Amino acid sequence: MALLELANIHTYYGNIHALKGISITVDKGEIVSLIGSNGAGKSTTLKTISGVLHPKEGTITLEGRRIDHAPAHEIVAMGICQAPEGRRIFPRLTTVENLEMGAFHRSDKAGVQEDMERVFGLFPRLKERRTQQGGTLSGGEQQMLAIGRALMSRPRILLLDEPSMGLSPVLVETIFQIIQDIHAQGTPILLVEQNALMALQVASRGYVLQTGRIVLHDTATHLAENEMVRKAYLGES
Amino acid sequence: MTQSELFIQLLINGVTLGSYLALIALGYTMVYGIIELINFAHGDVYMLGFMISLTFLGFLGVRGTLGGWQLWVVIFGVMLVTMLCTGLINMTIDRIAYKPLRRAPRLAPLITAVGMSFMLENLGMIWKGPSQILYPDIFPAFDIPNGLFGLNTMVLFTTKDVFLMGVTIPLMVVLTLFIRRTKMGKAMRATAQDREAAALMGINVENVIRTTFFIGGALAGAAGMMVGLYLNTGRYLMGFDAGLLAFTSAVLGGIGNVTGAMLGGYVIGFLNAISDQYLSPEWTRAIVFTTLILVLVFKPSGLLGERTPEKS
Repeated sequence: MALLELANIHTYYGNIHALKGISITVDKGEIVSLIGSNGAGKSTTLKTISGVLHPKEGTITLEGRRIDHAPAHEIVAMGICQAPEGRRIFPRLTTVENLEMGAFHRSDKAGVQEDMERVFGLFPRLKERRTQQGGTLSGGEQQMLAIGRALMSRPRILLLDEPSMGLSPVLVETIFQIIQDIHAQGTPILLVEQNALMALQVASRGYVLQTGRIVLHDTATHLAENEMVRKAYLGES
Repeated sequence: MTQSELFIQLLINGVTLGSYLALIALGYTMVYGIIELINFAHGDVYMLGFMISLTFLGFLGVRGTLGGWQLWVVIFGVMLVTMLCTGLINMTIDRIAYKPLRRAPRLAPLITAVGMSFMLENLGMIWKGPSQILYPDIFPAFDIPNGLFGLNTMVLFTTKDVFLMGVTIPLMVVLTLFIRRTKMGKAMRATAQDREAAALMGINVENVIRTTFFIGGALAGAAGMMVGLYLNTGRYLMGFDAGLLAFTSAVLGGIGNVTGAMLGGYVIGFLNAISDQYLSPEWTRAIVFTTLILVLVFKPSGLLGERTPEKS
């Protein structure tokens, strides 16, 4: 049984049919990446998993348990947390308070403290900025905070939405290194990226999304060699 | 009365009025911060606080001034029950009039808020009648400057003033600590800053909204009872008047900002006192609103408002 499984998901924004029958699986120990251009439905997919949007058709299961009609806050408690597109950190909360919000549903104080140290271990920069307001951090630091905040929920699977967006090439390298570290520490990741090259380098499998449909699904190595992928997403002519 | 006595009196009046305006203003600003709604019924919840506490005092058979342990037990007992009632009433208002419209255009809940306000005012009128109501003068008024310090002054400053400040100011301190320090307080701030991100972090947003309405209603109820004990009179429309001033305070301080609401309350309190003293009470409204307009022209977000332009 897959850890996370989306089967034939249809999601609408009002009358707009955004996801047209999407099926994705993520297993334990994997990094799976979801690539596609703007408006393909990548963020919609993550929002549907997180319970911000609810599918009209299809099922989402976490270790066999249906979660597609649970509200967003319960889904976090079940073990799925995301670092959303655009980071969405709380600008007038300090770094530490932002991290505490990631652990909102938890009551094990010692464990939360332990995880905060773990996040500071992954992102030493955040430790230096611990009392600073989120809105005053740089773009890269905000991305680190968004990922750290999601980790504070001790997720069984981590969803990352465009973690490289708006960052300098050096910072993108750093963030992707950390994504691999988090994975190595045992957290499976579903990674949404426009930077297909980077995403396919760290992932084991990938899905290509186009106008609300999965058009390709293969191992990351095969996808990186696929002609259509190279043309459309890796910038080759 | 000499000029300096007048001035001291003005300060005292400003602080007392400001204290309860600030307490009501907090309810406006907290609700606005979370769901961007002006809860027009909030002033009427304050009126209900006056009426409910009056009814409980009636049950207890309290008519005149009390003393000793009776005074404190009655006052704090009734205040606690009143705050619980008005908190629950405010939560119910949200449940009935605003929650079904959470995803509707912003004008819709604004209209139901006005409707709720009218309903509560009429409820107050049916319940206690349309005329001015007397509130028992429970708290002993002991003249402090003359009686305690033996000063021979015209300044009126009694134990009632001290009591009003001694209840309202600690309530504000407790609220501020609650919002700054507790997990729920932080969740309230997080929800105010980005509701969707808060939900994605596992915060039950509806629960945060309910808590916000409860706290705002409880504070308004406390203010209603304090005003009853202080002025010993009130009326079903008292919520409209105080609500207008408190709402103005919240906007002046920067709506959505908790410290701003308290600051705004005191500024409006002092403006009222100054205008009442040096001009005439007929001009007070004009002065208050002129100040509001001037502040908003030069700083549209209010004195402490730091709200960035609305996210799309």
